[in-house]
Amino acid sequence: MDEADIARAIALRCKDRVGGALRALREIVVAHGYVSREQERVVADVFNLSRAEVRGVVSFYHDLRTAPPPPLQVRVCQAEACQAVGGRALTKRVEALLGLRLGGADERAALLPVYCLGLCAQGPAMEVNGRPVVYAHQHDLAAACERPGSG
Amino acid sequence: MITVFVPLDTGAVAAGADAVAEAFAAQGARVARNGSRGLAWMEPLVEIVDANSRLAFANVNAAAVPAILEQRRAHAACLGEVSAIDALRRQTRVVFDRCGEDDPLALPKAPVLESCLRLSPEELIGEIEASGLRGRGGAGFPAHIKWRTVFTTPAEQKYLVCNADEGDSGTFADRLLLEGDPYRLIEGMSLAALATGASRGFVYLRSEYPVAARVFQAALDAAYREGALGGDVLGSGRAFDLELFVGAGAYICGEETSLLESLEGKRGEIRAKPPVPAASGLFGQPTLVHNVISFASVPAILNNGGAWYAEYGVGDSTGTMPFQLAGNVARGGLVETPFGVTLKELVYGFGGGTRSGRPVRAVQIGGPLGAYLRAEEFDVPLTYEALTERDAGIGHGGLVVFDDTVDLAEQARYAFAFCEVESCGKCTPCRIGSVRGKEAMDAVLAARAAGESTAAQLEVVEDLCEVLEVASLCQMGGMTPIPVVSALRRFPEDFGRHRLPGQSP
Repeated sequence: MDEADIARAIALRCKDRVGGALRALREIVVAHGYVSREQERVVADVFNLSRAEVRGVVSFYHDLRTAPPPPLQVRVCQAEACQAVGGRALTKRVEALLGLRLGGADERAALLPVYCLGLCAQGPAMEVNGRPVVYAHQHDLAAACERPGSG
Repeated sequence: MITVFVPLDTGAVAAGADAVAEAFAAQGARVARNGSRGLAWMEPLVEIVDANSRLAFANVNAAAVPAILEQRRAHAACLGEVSAIDALRRQTRVVFDRCGEDDPLALPKAPVLESCLRLSPEELIGEIEASGLRGRGGAGFPAHIKWRTVFTTPAEQKYLVCNADEGDSGTFADRLLLEGDPYRLIEGMSLAALATGASRGFVYLRSEYPVAARVFQAALDAAYREGALGGDVLGSGRAFDLELFVGAGAYICGEETSLLESLEGKRGEIRAKPPVPAASGLFGQPTLVHNVISFASVPAILNNGGAWYAEYGVGDSTGTMPFQLAGNVARGGLVETPFGVTLKELVYGFGGGTRSGRPVRAVQIGGPLGAYLRAEEFDVPLTYEALTERDAGIGHGGLVVFDDTVDLAEQARYAFAFCEVESCGKCTPCRIGSVRGKEAMDAVLAARAAGESTAAQLEVVEDLCEVLEVASLCQMGGMTPIPVVSALRRFPEDFGRHRLPGQSP
């Protein structure tokens, strides 16, 4: 299946559900990694929306990526409970480790802010490819963020 | 035969619970995955149950498992009986009473619903009114008024929407409940459906909580299989369909009208109120929107009576509140206790002071839109009324503790920066004001660092706060000034204000 077929199959499945367009876009990100321009067009077509309306939804939500994600996704909590236990210092360490600024990405890794993972009593918290890490300041961050392909 | 309970809770798993569960299974023990008791600093908190005892073990790691099985009560990690754990005994658990007792899906599905099926909507709403229950999401609005509005507004289709978009930093009660006792929420919503005449419901869950999504969906499936949900709830002839909707990353979707837009599949831009959702909500129909904890409080209220619930608490702050101790606190986690408990009791009595061992300097109550309070005012009882008097609020019950290394000017800058990131963009004060506020705070920080006067920039900050407060369409912009102004008033020295003789803080 090409990317348009993936999007069409998902969109048709979500068509009659409440919140169908947003559901479909989320599922496309899960299945395909991101939402492409072509897939936006397919969703617009299936839901009888303008492409601008679909783009409006895509651009609103943090999770609806529009570019292929690199293999390593690191999200570091920036919110107050983690700030209170060294979240800012943790962010700087991870930035140095990955050679990326917060919000930045290269072909190997993306370093993203997240505003609360609900692990506020065990901070500072972060997430590596969806796996939560608590008390991250005590962790071997190099191992936790090991870059795929770089050993 | 013993059963070993190892929490499936996200916080426990992040602390190594999966490896611990595997280690117990490798030793031939029967392992079950329960929810968390909410004692976050003890996770993974393992419980070993046999015919005579239910022993708790704190901070278990996989390597310790063989010794724990051999030594049991004599092992250093053993806390004794679960029921004797002081941090649990001192709580009053009404909503979280069975969270952690068992595999969440093995808990009773709807023990209260059956006996309520014969009650009229007026009787049910009457009990909620008698209980004094107020919305636990943050606004504290009397629940029964919303219930009655939905019930009395004529419509073909009425909806229930549960706001599980728990985005406030320092809060995790919704996550704990969804992961540890999902049937409690399902039953609470089923009871609300009975009372309001709604036949469809949605739980809007943030995407940052994948474990909660998995457990809750499994609970929904089981409830449908056993007839607790669907076209004929428990053989009553009444229909209630409930489904899970996972968001896509947007703090603003915790605002109820933004949530409804999102649930309709659109950008999560807020709607102007009125009309309130109880009159015109999802797809323009009467919609009861409540936070997870509000709905989850309902089964206990209807089981024991509104008057019983109202005996807990103080004044118009009735019942219990699941407070969440977070940030720089030695013993963080969930503390469910009646309203009226003091900050001192929560932060020191339950929390044990800071994790860093340094003095407590500030506590932010109620999430990123909540006020910073000073350690000197910790005798304040936590009630809706007492906090309102201090230009603060309980919000969703999160308390973020900071030690004396905190820089409140940085925190004020962050409040604007967070608003900039998460503003839905619909109204100008919030969209532009947040950016200008951040810039003004940057200038304050730069002036402070250079030893120069911050007065001119602080005037800009205060002006902006006034604009945001009075002119924003929703509470995102309207309440962003609360952390800023509370920090500035209570900690003027952090803003370089002590450099200006003659100016009172």
